[in-house]
Order: sequence, then structure tokens, then C-alpha cells
Amino acid sequence: MKSLFEHGPSLRTRLLLALIIAGALMFLDHRLQTMQPVRSFLSTATAPVQYLAVLPEEVMNRVVYLATTRSALREENLRLRDELLELEMAVQRLNFLENENARLRQLLGSEVRQASRRMVAEVVAVATDPFSHQVVINKGYANGVYEGQPVLDNRGILGQVISVARTTARVILISDQSHAISLRAERNDIRVIAKGIGDLNQLELSFIPHSTELKEGDVLVSSGLGGVFPEGYPVAQISSIDRDERLQYARVLVTPFAQLDRVRTLLLLWPANATEQPVYDEVEDVD
Amino acid sequence: MWIKSGLLPLLLSYVIALVLMVMPIPTFLEAWRPDWVSMVLIYWLMAIPHRVGVTTVLVMGLLTDILMGTTFGVYATGLLIIAYFTLRHFQRIRNYSLVQQTLVIGLLILGKRLIVYQLEHFLNDAAFHWSYLYPVLSSMVLWPWLFLVMRGYRRRYLIR
Repeated sequence: MKSLFEHGPSLRTRLLLALIIAGALMFLDHRLQTMQPVRSFLSTATAPVQYLAVLPEEVMNRVVYLATTRSALREENLRLRDELLELEMAVQRLNFLENENARLRQLLGSEVRQASRRMVAEVVAVATDPFSHQVVINKGYANGVYEGQPVLDNRGILGQVISVARTTARVILISDQSHAISLRAERNDIRVIAKGIGDLNQLELSFIPHSTELKEGDVLVSSGLGGVFPEGYPVAQISSIDRDERLQYARVLVTPFAQLDRVRTLLLLWPANATEQPVYDEVEDVD
Repeated sequence: MWIKSGLLPLLLSYVIALVLMVMPIPTFLEAWRPDWVSMVLIYWLMAIPHRVGVTTVLVMGLLTDILMGTTFGVYATGLLIIAYFTLRHFQRIRNYSLVQQTLVIGLLILGKRLIVYQLEHFLNDAAFHWSYLYPVLSSMVLWPWLFLVMRGYRRRYLIR
């Protein structure tokens, strides 16, 4: 159906032109990977949209904070102080163990592990397709964030940074279908690869023989192989093992420790050997 | 006057759609998040097709790609194809009753999501989940209300 006064090229021509442009961009981006600078620039340009998206929540939080009563605050303060005391005691022990570990490693002639630096970041936006599990955080290359940087929450590894803009960065979660992470079982050091299957609460281990020694409930920690993730952080726990002999490999599902479905605050990690340095906004805790 | 009337409100509606697309919401609603960008674009395409056309759709598609972190052009392609059908039949869709419109919108959004899925499958080996099609239903439920709100908005700010 044509409208009476149509100017310029026909609708079909225009559609074709636009599709060609989109197709060319897709080719450039996916096959030749030449779009990274453009992507970085445009991400910086669209950052306001992402900040707008969390604005209502921030206003809500502020209102809730303003409405908190004095006694509730005092109670929370007390609770936090107790918690702090407990953590401080744990840290004392940890320091002792770290020193001991360093000495033992020296005796063994292996490299002493360096402390890593970290920074707290907040999620400003999410990408919600089942086949792309990504979040956008409020730190970018202005803060020293770099591509391939490991990201954690208070329970375990969340994912890694895949693209960086000036004040935002995009983090791919370990549950994304295109992500895999090398792990090892804490109990018996079996090395495995956990692949995302597009489910926030589940990952799958690839190529596990039926005769595996893994058991349900085994804790898997990062193996440090591959150089992206530091060694020894908890990642997931085995939730089910299906030894169906008709299949080539056992089907092993694991549940990640990190709460991928409700991630709000997360931790960026700079391993000791990273070339980039964190740039803190204000004075923050460094160790 | 080369700035047509209601340019700012028009742009504002796009920004709002983009914001709603990336806004963090509770997990149980996540899978049901309506396809805001598609709905807003379809509305403008059928309400003022002489003004909002293929170029707008292309730009919005690329912005969506940036915000969702997909390969450039994936969402753009999906949106362009449904925009073509909307533009071809805008006079018909415009005169449908709200119920009929809702069905058409459902079909269009289903089409868009299938195209996007197909491209993602082709490029990044995406696996299919039924939950990926839930937004078709939630968008259909929302369409009549969105349509009325948008019509009021268009008349109020003289976007034509």
C-alpha cells in the first residue's frame, strides 16, 4: 500500500540499503573484530542511558535511607560492629597463614603469591537475553579497568570484563553461553572446564568421563590456568551428576556460588602481575 | 522552521524505551520484560510513518546493540525487518481494533525475536530457551495500554 505523496527511493530500496549497512557492520564486528574502538566510543556516549536506568532505584534507596529511624541505625551499627570484630579476628589468622604460606613457598623454591588490588563497582544496567548474560558496571578505563579483568562478588567469581568504555565497562557472567572457565575440584584437584548454558543458576562441566571421581557437593575453585582468573577462588559446587552410559560423557551440572541473578555490588580484581593500575575515585581501602 | 514540532518529546520517548530496556528489575520479572523498544518504534512507525522511517529504526537498532552488548547489527536487522512490514501495512494496522492490533504486535515481536535468535545462533551458537519468547506475551498484554498512552502523548505534544 503506497501513500499518495511518497518522495525519494521506495520503501523496499531503503530497507535493502539499511539491511546492507546492518549486515556490513555485523561482518565488520564479528568476522574482522574491527569495531572495538567504535564500540568503546559509543558505549561512552550511551552511558547516560545506563545511569538513568538506575536512577529510580538510587532515589528509592536515598528515600529509604532518609526514612530510617535512629534506633534502627543504632541497631545496624551494633550488628556491623560485631561483624567487624569477627572479621578482624579472621584476618589476623589469615595474615598469619599468609606469612607462613609465603615462607613455605620460599622453602619450596616457588614464587611467592602477591597480594592483588581490588575496587568495588556497582551494576548500572543488565542485558537480559537468555543468550547474553552481561551486566554493565559503573567503572571504566578512567578507573584502570581493562579487558579480561576478573570480577568477583562476596561469594565467588562472577565473570570477566569484555569491553571497556570511559566510565562504564561490560562484564560477561560465567553463565553466559559463550563463556567457559577452567576450574579444579578442591577435594582431589581434578581439572574441569565449566561452560555457561544460559541459565543463571547452573553451569555445565564439559568432557567428564563416566568414571570420574567427582561427587555431588564437591567444591570447584578457579584453577588459575588460562591466566584470566586468579587461582583458588571458589566458583561453583557440583549439584548433579548424570552418568547416562548412552551419552559419550557424564552430564555434570554445577551451581555457582556467586549470586548471578541478583548481582548489584561487585569487586574488580587487579592481579599482582596486571599491567594496568586501579585509579580510585576517593581514598579507598588498598592492601 | 526546520525543527518539526514535537521533536524533543519524540526523542524523549526513544530514550525512555532504551532506559526501560536496560533497567535492572527483580529476577522473576526479568524473563517477562516487555520489548519496549520494538513497541515504541512500531507505534511511531504506524502513527507518523512520513517522519519515522528506516533510518530511525536503523539508529535505534544499533543503539540497542550497543546497550545489549550484542554484535553490531543483530537487533538492527530484526527491527528493520519488522519495520518494513509495519510501514507497508501502516494504514491497515492503524485502523484495526485494539485486539486485532495486539495480535499483529505479537506477531511482529515474535518475528523480531526469532530473527535476533537466529542471528545469535548463527554468530555465537546461542541455544534456544522458551523463556526467550515470554516477552511476546507480556508485550501483547501491555500493548493496548501503551497504545492509548502513546496516542495521548502524541496529541498532547503535537507530534506529527
